[in-house]
Amino acid sequence: MSIDQATVRHIARLARIRVSDEEARQFEGELSSILTWVEQLEAVDTNDVEPMTSVIEVDMKQRRDEVTDGGMPDKVVANAPERENHFFLVPKVVE
Amino acid sequence: MTNLTKLTLSDARDGLRGKDFSAVELAQAHIDAIGQAGQLNAFVTETPDIALEMAARSDERIARGEAGPLEGVPLGIKDLFCTKDTLTTASSHILDGFVPAYESTVTANLWRDGAVMLGKTNCDEFAMGSSNETSYYGPVINPWRRASDGAQLVPGGSSGGSASAVAARLCLAATATDTGGSIRQPGALTGLVGLKPTYGRCSRWGIVAFASSLDQAGPLTRSVRDAAIMLTSMAGHDAKDTTSVDLPVPDYEAALTGDIRGMRIGIPKEYRIDGMPAEIDALWQQGISWLQDAGAEVRDITLPHTQYALPAYYIVAPAEASSNLARYDGVRYGLRVPGDDITDMYENTRAAGFGAEVKRRILIGTYVLSAGYYDAYYIKAQKVRTLIKRDFEQAFEDVDLILTPTTPNAAFAPGEITDPVTMYLNDIFTVTVNMAGLPGISVPAGLSSDGLPLGLQLIGKAFDEETLFRGAGVLEEAAGFDAEPDVWWA
Amino acid sequence: MNERAEAGRQAARVHGATGDWEIVIGIEVHAQVSSKAKLFSGASADFGGEPNDHVSLVDAAMPGMLPVINEYCVEQAVRTGLGLNAQINLHSVFDRKNYFYPDLPQGYQISQYQQPVVGEGAVELDMPDGSTVEIGIERLHLEQDAGKSLHDQHPTASFVDLNRSGVALMEIVSKPDMRSADEAKAYVSKLRAILRYLGTCDGNMEQGSMRADINVSVRHPGEPLGTRCEIKNVNSIRFMGQAIDYEAHRQVDLLEDGGQVVQETRLFDPRRGETRAMRTKEEAHDYRYFPDPDLLPLELDQAWVDQIAGSLPELPDSKKARFVEQYGLSAYDAGVLADDKAAADYFETVASGADPKIAANWVTGELYAALNKKGLEIEASPVAPEALRDLLGLMADQTISGRIAKDVFEIMLETGEAPLSIVEARGLKQVTDTGAIEQIVEEIIAANPDQVAEVKEKPKAIGWFVGQVMKASQGKANPQAVNDVLRNKLGLDQT
Ligand SMILES: [Mg+2]
Ligand SMILES: [Zn+2]
Repeated sequence: MSIDQATVRHIARLARIRVSDEEARQFEGELSSILTWVEQLEAVDTNDVEPMTSVIEVDMKQRRDEVTDGGMPDKVVANAPERENHFFLVPKVVE
Repeated sequence: MTNLTKLTLSDARDGLRGKDFSAVELAQAHIDAIGQAGQLNAFVTETPDIALEMAARSDERIARGEAGPLEGVPLGIKDLFCTKDTLTTASSHILDGFVPAYESTVTANLWRDGAVMLGKTNCDEFAMGSSNETSYYGPVINPWRRASDGAQLVPGGSSGGSASAVAARLCLAATATDTGGSIRQPGALTGLVGLKPTYGRCSRWGIVAFASSLDQAGPLTRSVRDAAIMLTSMAGHDAKDTTSVDLPVPDYEAALTGDIRGMRIGIPKEYRIDGMPAEIDALWQQGISWLQDAGAEVRDITLPHTQYALPAYYIVAPAEASSNLARYDGVRYGLRVPGDDITDMYENTRAAGFGAEVKRRILIGTYVLSAGYYDAYYIKAQKVRTLIKRDFEQAFEDVDLILTPTTPNAAFAPGEITDPVTMYLNDIFTVTVNMAGLPGISVPAGLSSDGLPLGLQLIGKAFDEETLFRGAGVLEEAAGFDAEPDVWWA
Repeated sequence: MNERAEAGRQAARVHGATGDWEIVIGIEVHAQVSSKAKLFSGASADFGGEPNDHVSLVDAAMPGMLPVINEYCVEQAVRTGLGLNAQINLHSVFDRKNYFYPDLPQGYQISQYQQPVVGEGAVELDMPDGSTVEIGIERLHLEQDAGKSLHDQHPTASFVDLNRSGVALMEIVSKPDMRSADEAKAYVSKLRAILRYLGTCDGNMEQGSMRADINVSVRHPGEPLGTRCEIKNVNSIRFMGQAIDYEAHRQVDLLEDGGQVVQETRLFDPRRGETRAMRTKEEAHDYRYFPDPDLLPLELDQAWVDQIAGSLPELPDSKKARFVEQYGLSAYDAGVLADDKAAADYFETVASGADPKIAANWVTGELYAALNKKGLEIEASPVAPEALRDLLGLMADQTISGRIAKDVFEIMLETGEAPLSIVEARGLKQVTDTGAIEQIVEEIIAANPDQVAEVKEKPKAIGWFVGQVMKASQGKANPQAVNDVLRNKLGLDQT
């Protein structure tokens, strides 16, 4: 399946990656050829096949309801590009 | 004192215990080697001070008779593993300056057992690549050069820095991760043993995620024994990773009995692909003979959905990656490129922070999960995955191990492969193993006509790494691979 | 649906120029599981806290962090599902809902999409007119809460606090079965009551541990469903009524003016009593749901589910039925009491030593009025249920009259003293001694010849004499005895 530049721009927007015109052109070709290549899967008969949900057969272990973590706001914000009083700062969001 | 960088991990371990040399001496020898190997670009962060400090403490423990299984052994750590208070970047610009406040479970296990960190090794950005050309910190160079033209080559990827570092004797072993072949393929291309354990054998906690259902940590080493020693320390149940399995960790070194008499080895006919170089096929035939000579029984098997593993992988892995990499948004850590509003900031940051291959995979992953395409791509691929796993389950009813080539070719030159799909084909023999969650190991088995290492892959049953090691040990012994690259970089 | 309910629904329609419009309402309630720790991390789930203090590295989505599920949260979801008479799915799956927002650190919310832990169920509503309405439950799933953005701290920046990030929520989705603001309010109240009974959520709407998103559309009766708007930010049951009424009228006006309803998310502004479209226009939502590969499917054991089912407390509906049956209460009184577990427990303590109907009247009458005035919850009542029971006992054995009882109750509210000691200390015991009453009666008859003449013509005027006697006795005379003596002395028939 080949995709056009508008589709590239749409998915780039969903993925929050700005693409230049040149990148959009390049991705159009590359993504189209990858998608065309993966479409060989259509040849596989998957009727009555369950999609895989976990590659190993084990039960999911669960935690007890205990507070064992947190209480380290310094560490939480230590790497933040912008922070103030233990808050993360981002460009103002208008709701 | 012999050249300490020439030792295998197991020899170094024994030498340290016998007090033939100290851990500090061993660390210093490797620090010096790293200092001379800048051309290989194998490390993104060198930590000599940490190494010497850890080595000094190892010497104290050795003196007290409290040596751990890896006491004083200097290692390279793929920059995908978060290391407390040490820069961790996944070789991506977007993790600029990120210093974790935590230690990944696998590396914590290694330090618990006495190992010493030399530094963080270069890799493909977010482990996405098969040539280590996608790193923000530049390509890694393979210590091996082509005999014919002396060309510099890629070490394979994504654990290319780890592979080059071990092959060039900059460390005794290195940690690596394998999502579609990223331990075994660089292992094969640099003449090393590369092990991808069963999915769930090692904890994924603290390892920068690429594709969660496929990622698995493992070692790159210069011998099968070294791989067994490394895995014994790396593996184990971790309550912090729900997908890690709660099984005891065997002493894998003890599995290396050298005896595979009566072992049944499967040869999958689907791995004999069109256009496979004759020397790869010949090596495979050689491997079959070696195992037969050692008393194994060889059987033809069929894994009918093999050809679909790679395209299914290139749906599942990018889909998971597109979501796993959404957290790199310039808010809590790493790079931020300002913008007029929040969306602008996100788009600027992610455009500048991710390289082309990562963007390609995020876009593909976003596309295959998006409304209207999910069933046709993602669900279809996960169904194919079920079939691939079923193929293996059926095959393993009749055999104990499966033997295949590791890669369809030897190392190539940087820039030689530019088409993404052609690059993806490098993982054609390794990716099936990730799709089925099985353990696989690449063992150096010979040299190409151009003097480059080639590997053979053994695939085992889930959580049966012991049989895998036993087979690999015999293969290693028979191959007797002892070639080394010329030290042209120092 | 009974006739009365149908009539109530018709009355709730909006009368437009083009005829009647039916309001169709579906509600998504987000209820915070009353757990100590978060759904997938060990950080505290408590409300409040210093910024980013209740935050683990998992909640902050640090690279390589992985979710591990809290077993208690799973159990509470199942318990709630059972309380809603719903299907429990033994196999369910956690999915990722992908979108970018600064308070969503992972870039996705872990939720359950195609295979939720709880399937269809139902809730029964008792309307004030005595009718009953059944509202279908579509599903209940577990998911993570988001963090909090503060937009008013800085001229050009929003502040992000992740304390709530990862707190366990149960999203309870109703079917679009409600037809009026009153039904919507009754539904949320009922749901709140059930959650509190089960102990799975504290139901505190002010602190946001229970939040309702309301989907409203309108249509002419019998027509297919109209385009809906989702109203967010409705943090009290009172505001819900306002928001729905405003939104329904807005849609009717729009449609009758030849316009169209645009499917959108709207915010309720409690100061203006209006809804407005959110300014952040998300482009067409495409959440790219897929199973979270960091988590395995959630597999439950039927025996474990049965064990939880066996441990459920008596819920409002069965309690209400029992109150009608056991105490002879009206369905409405029974419902009012049963919907609040604390009130029901209070009532049962009082009723253990008093006439149940009188007990119900006192609890829903005097006590509620007093608590309302003081702004107190019943748990904090200054009059303990045992004390009220004793007070009603004093009335029943004629130690005090009903009128005096109200005075004693006032004193109990203020001082917390026991009713008997109040009665004794203040000499409030009822006078049943006929001699004493006869003396008062005789004095009053002697002093009021005109009234005596009048009462012989109009026997109903006896009430004036009763009043005079009670006044003279400072309310302590037994009213029945007063009546008997008066009739005797005035020569009226005994009643
Ligand atoms: Mg919802
Ligand atoms: Zn929700």
